[in-house]
Amino acid sequence: MAKKVLDALVAKHGAAIVKTEQIHGDEVAWVKREALVAVATWLRDDAAMAFDYPVFVTAIDRLDWKPLNRPPSEAWTEGQPRFEVCVQLRSSKHKHRIRLKVALAENDAKLPSLTPLWAGFNWQERETFDMYGIKFEGHPDLRRIYMYEEFVGHPLRKDYPKDKRQPLVRRPDLA
Amino acid sequence: MPDLKTLVLGRKDAQDLDTETELPHELMTVNMGPSHPAMHGTVRIVLTVDGEKVVKGDVQPGYLHRCFEKESEYATYTQIFPYTDRLNYVSPMINNVGYAMAVEKLLGLTGKLPRRAEYIRVIVSEVSRVTDHLTCVGASAMELGAFGPFLFFLKAREWLYGLLEKVSGARLTHSYVRVGGVNKDLPDGWTGELALTLEQIDGVIVEVEGLLNGNRIFRDRMAGIGKMTREDAIRWGQTGPIARACGVDYDVRRDHPYSVYPEFEFDVPVGTTGDCFDRYLVRVEEIKQSIRILRQAIAKIPDGPIMVDDPRVALPPKHEAYNTIEAMIRHFKHIVDGIKVPAGEGYSFVEGGNGELGFFVVADGTGRPYKCYCRSPSFVHLSTSETLITGHFIADVVPIFGMINMIGGECDK
Repeated sequence: MAKKVLDALVAKHGAAIVKTEQIHGDEVAWVKREALVAVATWLRDDAAMAFDYPVFVTAIDRLDWKPLNRPPSEAWTEGQPRFEVCVQLRSSKHKHRIRLKVALAENDAKLPSLTPLWAGFNWQERETFDMYGIKFEGHPDLRRIYMYEEFVGHPLRKDYPKDKRQPLVRRPDLA
Repeated sequence: MPDLKTLVLGRKDAQDLDTETELPHELMTVNMGPSHPAMHGTVRIVLTVDGEKVVKGDVQPGYLHRCFEKESEYATYTQIFPYTDRLNYVSPMINNVGYAMAVEKLLGLTGKLPRRAEYIRVIVSEVSRVTDHLTCVGASAMELGAFGPFLFFLKAREWLYGLLEKVSGARLTHSYVRVGGVNKDLPDGWTGELALTLEQIDGVIVEVEGLLNGNRIFRDRMAGIGKMTREDAIRWGQTGPIARACGVDYDVRRDHPYSVYPEFEFDVPVGTTGDCFDRYLVRVEEIKQSIRILRQAIAKIPDGPIMVDDPRVALPPKHEAYNTIEAMIRHFKHIVDGIKVPAGEGYSFVEGGNGELGFFVVADGTGRPYKCYCRSPSFVHLSTSETLITGHFIADVVPIFGMINMIGGECDK
């Protein structure tokens, strides 16, 4: 059932798909950024796909990625795309799921917003922007959502220290 | 786009009034929250109102942000359980189970747990679901002035908290589930106590339904308020009681079965109008269905181990840890280094009190997750509230928020 989705996706949008994989039963398709909206629109509107349900948007920062017991080639090195934006979709009709992934370089961390297609991604994309600093172009209202406006940096990036303090009210005793 | 005043009032200043009889009125900004008795948890809404009508509501969560995801990246897999307790603090057991299942997925343990452990997980999850719905319905009724149902439901919730305390040792933040099973077995005679409590709760539900279902004030304040269509609910990614009240027939327990849920018989209530009153009805019916599952689980719970027999995740038995060096070292490595989860990623989801509660865990082979994302239903549901409250009276914001059941800890993570 589920493998069919990836096969159909590659058959229809082969040029837009970098690779597909299955990890622990989850179907993942790596999509080129330029083609994301076209692929997503097709996934939503095609009758055999019918991904009508937005599940989540998040990102992975690969800066510290050095997996244990794996060949060193799998570790992240300078020059590889640093961020992966993950978009999880679900079909209420066919009950299948897919995760789209877009790789983004650190100095070019932006991709088209999917909020026009699924309204539920509105806050999710704001959260990803807030936490990782990834810009969603065409988002109606891309503001910080958890942190306050004056906050500097993006807390879930791996180079943001866990114990860094940024009190909104100046507290010399905490500095 | 014209400015908000021109858009709503059709004029910019009092001088532009069409007729002399029309009274001049201006838009006003009202701050609701962040600390307001009717806001569950802490959320701030900047309301732009035209008289009593809400024209625009800017909902701003984040006042309870405790960096769940950042903290998780620095904690071992077992140390994250207390953090998950504090997500949806009204039904912590379901968070525990959801998170444990995500890690088990990465370890390849899904479906390999002892049956008794799965049954215990289902029982504590369903008890938690009942406490979640009791709190939501009770608190919402109280906010509309019905204090009696609130006290009745909180009394019933306290019985269940007492039972969960007997199981886990803590009234609210249980940290009871472990990767690969549960922390300890049910105390002797516990299922019998649960069965008696369920009978008492049946009585409480009859009482409260008698007080609320035909109550003129309650119905007037709930029916037709905060309506959402089925299509909107899907487009907005709604799950749980809110989606079901809109007619979306989706329940993770039935549609993507996990644990031992396929062995139980239960119905999924689905509403028709998608307003606050339907959300209330769906929640009350779900309490009854949870009780039905609990009764079947009590009757069928098997004996056996409560932890998977896998040295990667299970602590050695205490008498071995105290008496043999191998077990002592294993215990030490387990606590200090954490469970070693092979590199990979997985998204696992359960039916939480509010809807699809998912954990997306990325592991890099060490004892700490590389990333632990929580798909919190409250956050997704709250994002619709801006649309839902627009056009309603300020007073209607309260039942809409009550029935969205936004839990600050889960929404703000």
